[in-house]
Amino acid sequence: MYSKEMLESIKKVEATREERIKAVLAGNHPRRMTAEEKEQVLLENHPDHIKEQFKELTIGPNKGEKVPLELADLLQANPRIKPSEIDLSKIDYDVDVLIIGGGGAGSAAAIMANENGADVMIVTKLRHGDANTMMAEGGIQAADKPNDSPAQHYLDVMGGGHFKNVPELVYKLVNDAPICIKWLNDLGVMFDKEPDGTMVTTHGGGTSRKRMHACKDYSGAEIMRVLRDEVQNRKIPVVDFTSAIEIIKDKDGKAAGAVLMNMETNEILIARAKTVVIATGGAGRMHYQGFPTSNHYGATADGLVLAYRAGAPLLYAHTLQYHPTGAAYPSQIFGALVTEKVRSIGAQLVNCDGEPFMYSLETRDVCASGVIRECRKGKGVDTFDGGKGVWLDSPMIDILHGEGTIEKRIPAMMRMYLKYGIDMRKQPILIYPTLHYQNGGIKIGENGMSDVPNLFVAGEAVGGIHGENRLMGNSLLDIIVFGRNAGVNAAKEAKSMNAPEGLTLGHVDSFIKEMADAGIVTDKVSPKLLPNYARKV
Amino acid sequence: MENMVNIYLYGKKYEVPSNLTIMSAMEYAGYQLVRGVGCRCGFCGACATIYRIKGDRELKTCLACQTKVEDNMYIATLPFFPLVKQPYDIEKVKPTEQIMMQLYPEIYACIGCNACTKACTQGLNVMQYIAYAQRGEYEKCADESFDCVMCGVCSSRCPAEITHGQVGLLSRRLTGKYLSPETQHLLERVAEIENGDCEAALQDIMKKTAEELKEMYNNRDFEK
Repeated sequence: MYSKEMLESIKKVEATREERIKAVLAGNHPRRMTAEEKEQVLLENHPDHIKEQFKELTIGPNKGEKVPLELADLLQANPRIKPSEIDLSKIDYDVDVLIIGGGGAGSAAAIMANENGADVMIVTKLRHGDANTMMAEGGIQAADKPNDSPAQHYLDVMGGGHFKNVPELVYKLVNDAPICIKWLNDLGVMFDKEPDGTMVTTHGGGTSRKRMHACKDYSGAEIMRVLRDEVQNRKIPVVDFTSAIEIIKDKDGKAAGAVLMNMETNEILIARAKTVVIATGGAGRMHYQGFPTSNHYGATADGLVLAYRAGAPLLYAHTLQYHPTGAAYPSQIFGALVTEKVRSIGAQLVNCDGEPFMYSLETRDVCASGVIRECRKGKGVDTFDGGKGVWLDSPMIDILHGEGTIEKRIPAMMRMYLKYGIDMRKQPILIYPTLHYQNGGIKIGENGMSDVPNLFVAGEAVGGIHGENRLMGNSLLDIIVFGRNAGVNAAKEAKSMNAPEGLTLGHVDSFIKEMADAGIVTDKVSPKLLPNYARKV
Repeated sequence: MENMVNIYLYGKKYEVPSNLTIMSAMEYAGYQLVRGVGCRCGFCGACATIYRIKGDRELKTCLACQTKVEDNMYIATLPFFPLVKQPYDIEKVKPTEQIMMQLYPEIYACIGCNACTKACTQGLNVMQYIAYAQRGEYEKCADESFDCVMCGVCSSRCPAEITHGQVGLLSRRLTGKYLSPETQHLLERVAEIENGDCEAALQDIMKKTAEELKEMYNNRDFEK
């Protein structure tokens, strides 16, 4: 399957493999970068630092701040509806808690809202469970072993996020982590365990303790299918193939529902709710800076647009995560995620000459920057259409841990490559950074509420938990911790109040006026809902 | 010029580049997909697809995002299949044979044709895991079915109308909750947190200045 040039380069990788394995077995990994070296490699190579790819917002709560060009265009785009043409008195759904998004965070929120006695409904623009959660491979962090502690986890999270994280949110993340693992375990999630029940845990990039819990390399899929099953068992209504296109407020300016759109018929529907939870996920399908993505088809930053128009500020919307190891070859899986677990269990990053050019488990931003730098130096391997990649020396895994390890621990990866005639047990694979995660998002407080009263947010749509860079395994964790939190608090709030009155889209009218006053003229509409991959024919 | 092949989407002929997946080929043909598309990485099961190569009688099944087009491929997607999902209370069920008999009795009508296994888009031994479920061997069923993406193709080919994906899922939840060994260190840590034992250290580290935190971070020790 590999080209002649690639096979030539593989020979060089094979030539140094034995020596590299000896070094690893002796405890000698390529050394970690110093704090200064990390700063430099980031500044010179990370896409977040390319100034011309960012633009200042001229309206809205974050006016004056810079965000990626593509996001700015959507935050300052035309609504899909004319507020005057929407009849808010014709209510199609009337519930306590409306959850927008049917991924991990939304499902966790729904289960907890239901558990707390609320009448809850999920709307999702594709199927229930079509989400980045389903695609998370590597695992979920929690400090539940004797040599570890929530405080140690806290330190890793803050350092990984360059100390920009909101401390109160990190506190909640690490403190609730073991509780959430137990919750998932008790729901029937099958974690990898030793025969005596001890969790099989590994390192992720930037972790100081082995606290990555996993379900083979289907960690997110396993969690998602259990949560979905639980939502179904509880008979929580899920309105699928229906997107939310605007938040509705009540007479007091509190969130009170959403304008919905049937994705197939374009019918407009009105949902009234006492509280609303935005759990719409990430933004990989925005393809910032032209990067491929590991994300789900529906990852188009919809929640950020809805919340921004409703007046909720964003936090760190300028920072994105480029996962160091996206598939660089073959073209059919370009950008697909190659889980960090491949490196956690022993595969090294190696350049075209077979040199291990950096420590393979630096934090993701540093690792991605290191890979980009190596390719810029001319030490990458040509892939297709002018692209580059470096090797991830996967055969090291079975040599280090015994034959069968790849098949047992990362079966999804093995299957993905085998479909294209590449056996990662025998040959290394080519990787290059891929757009993976929205570090920033909507600002929330400890109770999960945004600055708009009764508008809660959970999951990847939240900003601040991970600062400017998230660590592996803290996203599956955050969707559970903050999904549950939002569900509990949204239910509590809903039960304390009567049905909202005086429904209005006045904030959308104001936004349209603000756009006009700022001289913004655009043919773009938002939320985007889906990427447009159809070839113009 | 790219190497082109002819494919038939729902019977209609299109010429597309030969290196595309079925999903990208549909988009190349001009489809704006809403149904039958999801993670595009082989994890979500949204893009179950049936195809046949001209001149061949055999109907094959696959995930559209994970399969390259071939010349003279007749393609129909299967974005939804009306399968049964029985509700149950995970707190009340027990991992005994009775639960399968109660919720999914049709598994005992399996005629052993193995069409499910032949159709599986993940290459799983589906008939085998149904056999384990029949015998109440839920851990084995869980392991054998673990990589299932619930695309539903197996059920679409099953003459006994078995909902294989749901049977696997139930077995896995029973295994995860009731049959896997308990994790002592997890229970202990949760008790410590609920008892407030971890609080002082957390409050302490939260009070550190940015400089102090950086110092701690850059000098922290690593588990080997």
